[in-house]
Amino acid sequence: MNRREFIRYMGIAGGSAMVIPIGLSGCAVVPVGKPNQAVAAGNAPLAYGTPKQRAHANGDGTPRMVVVFLRGAVDGLNVVVPHGDREYYQARSSIAVARPGQNNGAIDLTGYFGLHPSLRPLMPYWESGQLAFVHASGSPDGSRSHFEAQDYMETGTPGQHNTRDGWMNRLQGNLPRSDSPVQALTLGEATPRILSGRQVVANLPTGRDAARQTLIDQPKVSQAYGAIYASDDALGKAYRDGIAARKELMAEMSSNEQRMANNGAPLPNGLSIDTARLGRLMRGDPKIRLGFLAVGGWDTHANQGNGAGQLAGRLNPLATGLATLAQELGPAFNDTVIVVVSEFGRTFRENGNGGTDHGHGNVMWLLGGNVRGHTIYGQWPGLNKTELNEGRDLAITTDFRAVMSTLAEKHMRIPDSALQQIFPQYTTGMQHVSNILV
Amino acid sequence: MRISYNFRLGLIGLLTFGLCGVAAAQALSSQEQALHVLNRLAYGPRPGDVAAVEKTGVKRYIDEQLNPERVPFPADLQARLDSLSTYKLSSAQLYIQYGPPSFPGNNASPEEKNAARQRAGQEITPQSHLARFWMATESPRQLQEVMTEFWFNHFNVFEGKEWVRYWNAEYEKDAIRPNALGNFRQLLGAVAHHPAMLYYLDNWLSSGANTPQAKGRFKGLNENYARELMELHTLGVNGGYSQADVISLARILSGWTIAVRELKEDSDDATFIFRPGRHDMGDKQFLGRVIPRGGRQEGEVALDMLARHPATARFISTKLVQYFVSDQPDPALVNQLAQRFLATDGDIKAVLRVLFDSPQFWSRQNYQSQFKTPYQYVISSLRATATPVLNGKPISGALNQFGMPLYGWLTPEGYKYSQEAWLNPDALLRRINFVNGLSNGKSPIARPENTPPAPDAAPVDPVQLIQTLAPMLSQDSVTTIVSSPPNLQVGLILGSPAFMKR
Repeated sequence: MNRREFIRYMGIAGGSAMVIPIGLSGCAVVPVGKPNQAVAAGNAPLAYGTPKQRAHANGDGTPRMVVVFLRGAVDGLNVVVPHGDREYYQARSSIAVARPGQNNGAIDLTGYFGLHPSLRPLMPYWESGQLAFVHASGSPDGSRSHFEAQDYMETGTPGQHNTRDGWMNRLQGNLPRSDSPVQALTLGEATPRILSGRQVVANLPTGRDAARQTLIDQPKVSQAYGAIYASDDALGKAYRDGIAARKELMAEMSSNEQRMANNGAPLPNGLSIDTARLGRLMRGDPKIRLGFLAVGGWDTHANQGNGAGQLAGRLNPLATGLATLAQELGPAFNDTVIVVVSEFGRTFRENGNGGTDHGHGNVMWLLGGNVRGHTIYGQWPGLNKTELNEGRDLAITTDFRAVMSTLAEKHMRIPDSALQQIFPQYTTGMQHVSNILV
Repeated sequence: MRISYNFRLGLIGLLTFGLCGVAAAQALSSQEQALHVLNRLAYGPRPGDVAAVEKTGVKRYIDEQLNPERVPFPADLQARLDSLSTYKLSSAQLYIQYGPPSFPGNNASPEEKNAARQRAGQEITPQSHLARFWMATESPRQLQEVMTEFWFNHFNVFEGKEWVRYWNAEYEKDAIRPNALGNFRQLLGAVAHHPAMLYYLDNWLSSGANTPQAKGRFKGLNENYARELMELHTLGVNGGYSQADVISLARILSGWTIAVRELKEDSDDATFIFRPGRHDMGDKQFLGRVIPRGGRQEGEVALDMLARHPATARFISTKLVQYFVSDQPDPALVNQLAQRFLATDGDIKAVLRVLFDSPQFWSRQNYQSQFKTPYQYVISSLRATATPVLNGKPISGALNQFGMPLYGWLTPEGYKYSQEAWLNPDALLRRINFVNGLSNGKSPIARPENTPPAPDAAPVDPVQLIQTLAPMLSQDSVTTIVSSPPNLQVGLILGSPAFMKR
């Protein structure tokens, strides 16, 4: 679709959002205060909230980005809940999150949308205008395979199997040149698809013992191995990158964690242990520009629960982990955008086992000191059968690349010409969501 | 006559030698061939293995490995396995002894349920890990173990999903291992009927819409198993099925469930049951065919169709070539395997034979070329150093740390077997740290939990280790290693680039 066609398309479909051209590179989907859509009987009026008006908050000026991938397809309709829609409650008799004010009910955000109650730790950021969501978003490819859809979202080329590297790695390659071995950090042992490619990526050890000295940290040991890894092949290179990254991270971690221990502060639990460490590292070392972590366990085919239960039990530590990351970033929170994504959404209607099956549209989360928050972006397609994707899933009205390429361009300051390398099929002129930053 | 015959043989020998001479830079020596089969059909050489296989001949070794029933199983290993209290229990016994109390009344308190879960976690889980490590390090039927790991991963279940913990080891022992070199359709059927899979991918909950017994938690259709059965177990994601086929298959398999109500004390009843009252009795179209109404039989028909489908043959063959030959599977070889798969109705042994006979398997390009997965790395290091496994927990811990927890991959696609998935800077350093713990003979793996190391524990001899692994290490590496500090030499051998590969 070229730009003109896109505008026409959006003009026809966009009852609740205005499409305005932004510069030469695209358009923005702007939620407007008063939707002109007729309000169906029994439904609350559709409302996206109003962004907080505030000035840009300064950090150290080095933009950073963290992507949090919820593997397994989180149920976005129970994350940002359309509690103003009657059909939502009809379709989800046992798993709907109750209306605001009821027991375990949603936390109202806009009068129509509400937040899952387990995400309460994030509410301060909504109130301060630093948390936003893009609803009905996702990858345009129709795959309902977790693995294929994750792959597409990580390579940044939906529908194309043969892309070798991940879009975050390509983004890294377009940042100002750096000799730092820790320009990109991923939590845990493996290198995810999204970060695989030519640029060097460091693994950040996880758990309580991550900062402990090991044998390989002794110089005489690393020298002995250096001799047998002197070659130029993939293993030799990986070894040298590993030693360099480890030196840098160990130095930072041990001083950070020493300081914490001295203050008598206990280490937080679970995910927060790792997000706290990531936040502190990114605050202390502006050379670290990209972070990635994956959280699993969202494939709730059975006994999903509503405001309480299985999904609630997973969302809460996630919210705490994200709030911890925001806090520990300190002043660098103003330089950081944290994006939470998942490969696809889940079926609109609950299945026969109190769960949901693989669907399509989902919600993206945006958290950061200069995110223009307190609003829901995107265009809500509605939940009538005719508006659902294939009659069963939330439709997608915002391509995830619209959000990601906007962040790459406006936040990470990637030049327009390089965006084509990062999202090759997603060319200039296609949809962008350009007003999401202060 | 006799002379001329010998002369002719000699001439052929010379000619062959001459031809080989041309290709000498390429072909593997017999020692390299021995190492190659030990690396690919087994979890690497133990002391003396390379010489033994070289002596037996690789062809005969492969033959034996393809026919595990012909390889005697050590009585001592069998006795140790049998001594594990949960090893011989049936799936029904495991459920009765460890399952959540008071089901289906379901009035057990959260504390009672929690206690049951903990007991399973303290008894079944560590025993199942220990049994797997013993088999992988010691069983002489190594290919059977390799294929057991391969198929478990292909039909992955996650031990951390509630009830799966009762069954994942028994699933491996009774559904996977006996079929690992057998017939694919039988393997697929054993998996489809097993409570571990029925539970893991939720099919046990799935009921046809508006069927008489579709109530409560069993109220309706669940697509989870049907989708993964096609995407991951048989056809592959591009195998030519649609969302409508997913729903049809879920309807076909509705009523395939776990016989929770029928399980009785000390019963060894099958845990599978077909409940007609939850089966969708309607007409079904599946992969372009009308499935005649046949209750449970519909599911068997669907499994037959999937097992015989050319897309399945191709998908399984691709994964086998990736596992045994190269991360970038040669399409010609995949095609040969797929043809054999179809021609033999999924005879796994026959398909593997084509693979082991192929020039691709023996080419130098594919020798010492695959980056080991964490599991392959850990097991091969225990074998090379002949470290006895007396405590499995440190091994499980290392695998967690390397990102490949045993029975611990949450999602059904299993682990990837490729360098891309496992080689990263940090992984090498973690591996180096791990193998250095094996060098002094005092590893916690080699002694029972909570006992101090034996005072006379012998360190691993680096010279012996170099011999065990010959011809893996280059002369340069050996020179570097033997001129390093003695206490680092074993760690350097096992942490060398050569040992990272297979």
